[in-house]
Amino acid sequence: MTFPMGLAGPISGLVCGVLFGYVLQRGGLGNGCRLTAQLRLQDWTVFNVMFTAILVSAGGLYVLELAGVMHAADIFIPTTFLWATLLGGVLIGVGMAIGGYCPGTSVVGAAAGRIDGIVFFAGLIIGVVAFAGIYTPITPLLGAAAGPQAQTLGDLLGLPAWAVLAILTGVAAGVWWFTRRSAASPAITCAD
Amino acid sequence: MMKQRPIWNSHAAGAVLGLVLLLTFVLTGHGLGASGAPTAIAAAAANVVAPAATQANDYLGWMVEGGRNPLNSWITWEVIGVALGALAAAWWSGHLRVRLEGPPRANNSGRLALALAGGILSGFGARVSAGCTSGLGLSGSATLATAGFVFLIGFFGAGVLTGLLTRRMWK
Repeated sequence: MTFPMGLAGPISGLVCGVLFGYVLQRGGLGNGCRLTAQLRLQDWTVFNVMFTAILVSAGGLYVLELAGVMHAADIFIPTTFLWATLLGGVLIGVGMAIGGYCPGTSVVGAAAGRIDGIVFFAGLIIGVVAFAGIYTPITPLLGAAAGPQAQTLGDLLGLPAWAVLAILTGVAAGVWWFTRRSAASPAITCAD
Repeated sequence: MMKQRPIWNSHAAGAVLGLVLLLTFVLTGHGLGASGAPTAIAAAAANVVAPAATQANDYLGWMVEGGRNPLNSWITWEVIGVALGALAAAWWSGHLRVRLEGPPRANNSGRLALALAGGILSGFGARVSAGCTSGLGLSGSATLATAGFVFLIGFFGAGVLTGLLTRRMWK
């Protein structure tokens, strides 16, 4: 059997989504207080959860590719459009600092009963309509400074994937070590 | 009311999230996302309110072309799943409660305005970068894509700057 299985229907969407939502809520990432506390550098839950997840998933993909049951060419690897990729990140970062969430976490917050999460999600829809309204004139910006198709950090740095994984693990461990006191800071009390 | 349980250890939660993301890659060939759902809702809603303008729009047009329903997509089902999974988790951990949260210094209308403004910026931004914290920051970085890390640099850089500048609202 080779992977990926190429499922695209409602069942695989629901299964992956239910697991995603469950973990985000139990990990504390549906809470605007905790999400913005990361951006105030008062709580490091978001960084630790995200970076650990990236490393575990990237490590798993590496092993599956090494075992020959999955091929990098069959996996969706996004392409960099330097200004658009960076600007989108900037707007979503500012949006989280102001509004408490990002698109996925607003759904989690809303599902736990947060009215601000529902309002944030409504804002997302308005933001998409606004984008569609000025899409045609800003098209040159969106496609500017395009990187190579599906480029990885390994391609960029000329390093094998295991070396990139080792460097990223070092970065994650280093940040955790230097922030481990504020990660458990009593100054922050966010319930869930 | 269920007994309140504390959140998981952050590294344990990250490890489980990584396995869920890996499962998603194995099943579908792509990662997890979120902003595709509000995009589909925007296309469907715009097509009801202003069908001619929506079908003529360069960005939304193809999503509703030939009577296609943009809501019938993998990402919409995934986000419905996210809501159901988060609902179950909040219930079983004793955290399901209707409330309006936000900065302690902001009153209720201020909190609603901030949530709406943040959502608008985020929804616009996710279309600029063709992906959000889930689709690009998490799933893109899990493939070690340069794009995922470029996104995260912009996200944390601008987010932390804004977070530090607005620190007083949270005192």
